[in-house]
Amino acid sequence: MALSYKFSCCDLFLMSDSNEVTARIERWNRRHLLGLQQLDASEVELILDHAAYFKELQSTRVKLEHLNGCVVGNLFFEPSTRTKTSFSLAAKRLSADTIDWTATGSSVSKGETFIDTALTIESMGVDLMVIRHSSPGAPELLSKHLRAGILNAGDGTHEHPTQGLLDIFTIREQLHTLVGKTVTLVGDIKHSRVARSNIWGLKALGANVIVCGPPTLIPPEIERLGVEVAHRFDDVLERSDVINLLRVQFERQRGAFFPSIAEYAHLFGMNRSRLKQCRPDVLVLAPGPINRGVEITPDVADGKHSQILNQVTNGLFVRMACLHLLAQTQIREKGVE
Amino acid sequence: MSALLIQGGRLIDPSQGIDQCRDVYIENGRIRYEAPAPSVEIETIDARGLIVSPGWIDCHVSFREPGNEEDETIETGAAAALAGGFTAVCSLPDTFPVVDSRASAEFVVRQSERAGKCRVHPLGAVTKGHLGEELAEIGHLVDGGAIGFSDGKRPISNPEIMRRSLQYTSMWNRPILNHAQVPELVHDGVMHEGFHSTVLGLRGIPASAEEIMVRRDIALAEDTGGRVHLMSISSMRSVEEIRQAKARNIHVSADVAPHHLLLTDESLASYDTNLKVNPPFRTEEHRKALIDGLKDGTIAMISSDHQPLAEEKKSLEFDHAPFGISGLETVLPLCCRALIEPKHLSWSDLISKLTVGPANLFEMNSGTLANGAVADVTIIDPNETWTIRAEDFLSKSRNNPFDGETVQGRVKYTIVEGEVRYRQEEVSRLA
Repeated sequence: MALSYKFSCCDLFLMSDSNEVTARIERWNRRHLLGLQQLDASEVELILDHAAYFKELQSTRVKLEHLNGCVVGNLFFEPSTRTKTSFSLAAKRLSADTIDWTATGSSVSKGETFIDTALTIESMGVDLMVIRHSSPGAPELLSKHLRAGILNAGDGTHEHPTQGLLDIFTIREQLHTLVGKTVTLVGDIKHSRVARSNIWGLKALGANVIVCGPPTLIPPEIERLGVEVAHRFDDVLERSDVINLLRVQFERQRGAFFPSIAEYAHLFGMNRSRLKQCRPDVLVLAPGPINRGVEITPDVADGKHSQILNQVTNGLFVRMACLHLLAQTQIREKGVE
Repeated sequence: MSALLIQGGRLIDPSQGIDQCRDVYIENGRIRYEAPAPSVEIETIDARGLIVSPGWIDCHVSFREPGNEEDETIETGAAAALAGGFTAVCSLPDTFPVVDSRASAEFVVRQSERAGKCRVHPLGAVTKGHLGEELAEIGHLVDGGAIGFSDGKRPISNPEIMRRSLQYTSMWNRPILNHAQVPELVHDGVMHEGFHSTVLGLRGIPASAEEIMVRRDIALAEDTGGRVHLMSISSMRSVEEIRQAKARNIHVSADVAPHHLLLTDESLASYDTNLKVNPPFRTEEHRKALIDGLKDGTIAMISSDHQPLAEEKKSLEFDHAPFGISGLETVLPLCCRALIEPKHLSWSDLISKLTVGPANLFEMNSGTLANGAVADVTIIDPNETWTIRAEDFLSKSRNNPFDGETVQGRVKYTIVEGEVRYRQEEVSRLA
């Protein structure tokens, strides 16, 4: 495969990113980003720092060329709007060519295995593959068959690393550090890939993590990840610097894990009266799409503590950083013409 | 006239309590300890350094014919069984169509005879179409050769059906082999529910799904006097329940698969679909309890739980791939690693789990090297080191997570009814 990456924007890149960050980028050697479980604190911090750099550059309105000549495949085996759009825009902002492939109506429904689908797309000259799949481990399995760099954009109930990173980026931007901060993840922990990625990333950066939800939605032995388990939301409000309200995953649940939505909202919904029990500077996050009136009432979602739209904005920069770092590894392996 | 002499081997026959160096003859398909008449021409197998055992019996394998010949046929499955040291296997009825009629049972027997490898005894379905609703024609199945009854990997979930089938099969004193799981607790779980399912985000199967069914089956065996056999158990509390039930003389037995003695749920971090088995790999304490169950006799037999699956079926996402390991050809080295090398079992104890145990379950005459017995013999080299290569399997399928591992203990000869039907060196040369 003839690659012709052009780095005509490298000058700009070197000017704005500190030399120290540039050196760290050069040391990044991961081919794939499958989850935050594998990353150590310095790797998480590098992604965040690099994302901050892209965020700074945003105001210049200059189209960046970090991925010029690179092809990014967005391979979505599961419906997604926001993540797909965010990845697509991130790749375009860095001048990559993109292929968008959604499994519905494609060969998957004709009986082709997902590995064959991915190999087919890779053969079109894709360097980086962004994978969304409803099955846990699907990106990991593909990483054994593909030469392209793989970026997990959410695999079932396993991990969603860029969502975890953008949540952490948003918190770090506001609080400057994660060390000693208490982040409470509320709701359906069992079916949440966002929760798992948040836990790995937050713990790596020294935060305290509380997971809060009904026992039916707390997966077994999660304490072994170094988190505290709580079942009464009201008991942890005051201790929380950050409250991250996970979406109730109606589509991933089988059977009833709680008796009714009304009861869920009553026990675990974020509303005005609960907000009053929180610290005055509490941050309220939600990965979205939010179910208004279920995990969060509209007044809180739209209020001054809410980071929901900041999260979306930051998601773009985090994804730009991840794409660029993984492209670096590809370039190093394949060589630049 | 000709005879076979197996010379200089270490003869281990738990049925007679024998473990000593001793020559054994095979004449007219029967075991003999006295030399044949001088006029008889004698072929000799040099068994020095080898263990000579009664032919092994596997109490449940899945041979997929008819209906899923892409995974295995009775011929390829029987060839794999020989390579694994088995002279007789019992095949689960979960084919398409299901073995729930006399004709379908006779088909299995017929195909087994055509193949001319190991004996394949059909297990008949307990319920029509193994749907768990109405009793299959169990009497007809017995006439067709069914040696026992099972709904395969479908648990017999309705307690009334289980109770009635235990009562009914007691007419022939045939066991019912149940895959002990409460389906509602398994649902679409794919691995053991615990810390690792939490980390991997895979749906869990709690150990209680098995334990509840084990308790129910023990209660029904006690109630009816029927014979319950629990296939491939995986949980420590199942072992304890069975231990207590046996102490109360309830007719219950159980087997375990070699892979459950070696692997735990931690191994699934690779999402390798060859590690997806049902019941799932559980934690270290469960694994140890299974070994303890073998040591004290609570678990009287080992079965490969052979589940061959074509490559395209396993090349799927972890939660979409089917359960199972093509295990017949790796039973010996895995048992060596799990039981012999750590000195949990003696060779005699291990061989008992592969011979006397399953022979007693089905009240077979085989599993012995008694003078005059049908000459089913397995000869192994306990010390040979070799590398498992799934591509060289005689099974049609290669779904085995131990592929590429270097192991100890190798089947050298498998003799069925006096005929040497597997010679490892010959087969390896051709591979």
